[in-house]
Amino acid sequence: MTYIANTDKQRAEMLERCGVSSMEDLFRAIPASLKPKSFDLPEGMAELEVFAHFEKLAGRNHTDLVTFLGAGFYDHFIPAAVDAIAGRSEFYTAYTPYQAELSQGTLQAIYEYQTYICRLTEMDVSNASVYDGGTALYEACQMAIAATGRRKVVVDGGVNPIHRKMVHSFAKNLAIDFSETEVGPRRMERKKLSDLIDRSTAAVVLQNPNFFGVIDDQSDIVKLCHEKGALAIQSVNPIACAIIKTPGEMGFDIATGEGQPLGLPVSFGGPYLGFMAARRSLVRKMPGRIAGRTVDVHGQEGFVLTLQAREQHIRREKATSNICTNQALCALRAHIYLSLLGTEGLKQVARICRDKAHYAKQRLKRISGIEVIESGPTFNEFTIRLPFGASECIDLMIEKGFAAGFPLGRYYPGLDNYLLVALTEKRTKYEIGWFAEALESVICR
Amino acid sequence: MSIIFEKTVAGRRGARLSKSDVPPAEPIEARYSRSSALQLCELSELDVVRHFTELSRRNFGVDTNFYPLGSCTMKYNPKVFEKIAHLKGFFSLHPLLPQLRGAGLLTQGALAVIYELEKLLCEITGMDAFTLHPMAGAQGELTGMLIVAAYHKYKNNRKTEVLIPDEAHGTNPSSAATAGYHVREVATNRKTGFIDLQALESAMGEHTAALMLTNPNTLGIFVSNIEEIAKLAKKHDCLLYYDGANLNAVLGRFRPGDVFFDIVHVNLHKTFATPHGGGGPGAGPVGVRKNLERFLPISRVVKRDDNTYKLEYDYPDSIGYVAPFYGNFLVCLRAYAYILTLGAQGLRRVSDNAVLNANYILHSLKDLFHAPYPDGCMHECVLSAQKQTEREIRAIDIAKALIDEGFHPPTAYFPLIVKEALMIEPTETESKETLDAFIAAMRKIAEKAETNPAELRAAPRTTPVGRLDETKAAREMDIRY
Repeated sequence: MTYIANTDKQRAEMLERCGVSSMEDLFRAIPASLKPKSFDLPEGMAELEVFAHFEKLAGRNHTDLVTFLGAGFYDHFIPAAVDAIAGRSEFYTAYTPYQAELSQGTLQAIYEYQTYICRLTEMDVSNASVYDGGTALYEACQMAIAATGRRKVVVDGGVNPIHRKMVHSFAKNLAIDFSETEVGPRRMERKKLSDLIDRSTAAVVLQNPNFFGVIDDQSDIVKLCHEKGALAIQSVNPIACAIIKTPGEMGFDIATGEGQPLGLPVSFGGPYLGFMAARRSLVRKMPGRIAGRTVDVHGQEGFVLTLQAREQHIRREKATSNICTNQALCALRAHIYLSLLGTEGLKQVARICRDKAHYAKQRLKRISGIEVIESGPTFNEFTIRLPFGASECIDLMIEKGFAAGFPLGRYYPGLDNYLLVALTEKRTKYEIGWFAEALESVICR
Repeated sequence: MSIIFEKTVAGRRGARLSKSDVPPAEPIEARYSRSSALQLCELSELDVVRHFTELSRRNFGVDTNFYPLGSCTMKYNPKVFEKIAHLKGFFSLHPLLPQLRGAGLLTQGALAVIYELEKLLCEITGMDAFTLHPMAGAQGELTGMLIVAAYHKYKNNRKTEVLIPDEAHGTNPSSAATAGYHVREVATNRKTGFIDLQALESAMGEHTAALMLTNPNTLGIFVSNIEEIAKLAKKHDCLLYYDGANLNAVLGRFRPGDVFFDIVHVNLHKTFATPHGGGGPGAGPVGVRKNLERFLPISRVVKRDDNTYKLEYDYPDSIGYVAPFYGNFLVCLRAYAYILTLGAQGLRRVSDNAVLNANYILHSLKDLFHAPYPDGCMHECVLSAQKQTEREIRAIDIAKALIDEGFHPPTAYFPLIVKEALMIEPTETESKETLDAFIAAMRKIAEKAETNPAELRAAPRTTPVGRLDETKAAREMDIRY
């Protein structure tokens, strides 16, 4: 099946207009020596067969487990209106709003999205988004390097290890000196981190809540950064921002994060949403699109892509970043989600997630053999220590119908017995109870 | 229309959340909690739906209008792929679930999608191995450049420079620079429209790490001396990079892997019909030759002897992680479904019709508009408003006048080497009737340029706003409410 409209008769008419007699003539620029050596693909399928094929594949993924798996990517409730609105093809079949007059919908949506990100993080300015939280973090490092002219980046070990791996990969061929703190599954270790910050430091990268779920007030580190002339970057959970001390309040220069919790499905890893916000003085160092409000020839208000002199299609090899698109549709989803939940709704989601995590923590504490790691307040996630390997425990829990959490040993050598447990508003009290019982039976087996 | 923040009514709610069934935790200590008020909106669900519906009506999309934006391949996005992407087994699948058992035993369906799509992309492009991780075309380029760097490091080559023709997309030079390379532009031979061989020969040397090419190039021309170019590159151990932005022209007609290209990226959101989303998310998978496979990003999906799929991370020479997980999975999923739907014959027909549609436009307009390469084109044609500038009508005026005729304008002022360029890519999914209407509109505009140029300069008149003041936007920087 194809989606081509023209009939053979129409094609013949069109070929005639082109002054050729066959389709082959249109490809005469490709020499015979360059013809494909093979093009061995399956035969096409009808819509019904294709859909059935994918239903079968989807059925081979275990989405039926009761999940306590998070590690930076959370299965929150998504109101039906998010899909309904983001499913409007005027949004999803459009492209980058280069022609502002016929893209006012996308442009205004970006402007409003930027406002939401600023208000959530309490930062001055936001871009239109980048691919994901890891890319956002890397681009933030690049902003700091450009702003300070220094090339040392200090990264806390409590930053999501996946994001840290991405940052290293992107920077592999550049002369950037990364220093990372080695950490346990606890609150940020201030002394270790402070020792690494000096006059050659461009940026210090922190996360809140950190990968182990611990909330912190990192204002002291920000202060130290500024004393040394470095920029402070914080990666935040956008839902937590509704109730915890924000990067703006702590004085951070750049705030980034993974926007997936804001109405995006976990979707096996993407597409996600990297948000970026900063102090106003850094706006010209920001990567990606930025929408701005202006007026048209009649003095009427409207929106355009602005500060494009930063970007690759203008500056080419001198651009601040090679990023071309934003994640417009993902940013739109976040925008719709925030608009539906509103001020009270988002706070409520944040509170319920924390309440459920707190309840689960108390419940698991009662199990002998489990140690709940307490090193500071937590948000929606916390770390427990098991009497044996977390991977083995997870395996046994799958039999009982649970995705029990994330085994920290996967990224932190020596933490093989530690399990990261996440909760969202979707988990019920009963599920938490069953989870605790199952865990107890696994441990005391 | 008003901004969403102006519509807020204190006390209004747009989402019904379940009541918490657990006792509340102690509040977070003041030093850790947000002290200032959160100011989002307070709206009903209908308020929100109306707001976005109104916004959506201020947009052109492929579903509403012909969208011949050159280099962007704005083809129709079939609806069944949206439905597939919303299947719970994919939509609600946590990316870390495979790590919980047997490196993927809980997610065999999703790993099958990744593995099989990689295999299909290999066959389509003639490459030996693919990664789906790059989350956009530009990120594919960056990934490719990181592979270039890893290869030369592995071979102890000291290479500092990447060569790029002057007609290239802006992302090419910026991706090479982002990866740490110095970029040198190579001139295009204006007569042939190909990269100038002499200029290339003198630019290339021991320091050249890679040459990035698009074929057909951004002039819509197939670079037929590619074998000579490749020979030159091989002499200097310079890797050849194929920017797959224009792959829609050559499906089943040409495979970069057959002619010495070492690294390829493809844009799933262009050639393989996944939606552009208003500027993302896309996907830019990267394919390589066998000798570069060891450098691909991790993880990789392998097939076990018992036909199950497994995630593998043990590649010591890999460039590492370019995405948090496996790329923009839901985008890849749609593309996989598209390829399975069309099959070999369908994909060939895609390129045949894309090329026919573009040539039809070229041959229907080249009498009224200057065509730098009038004999023929591949999937897109480049015209120029040079003739019209005599009446002080520029490419931008033609673009804006097209809006009033109900069409999204072509790409204007690109490629940079053609003055007053209008780059038109109709794609294969458009019908002759639509093309005829577009051609008629262009001819009407060309006539108006002679008879009433002032009217064109005042376009567009039918849109919610007229031409916008970009200088004011950049100067005043009103970028949040």
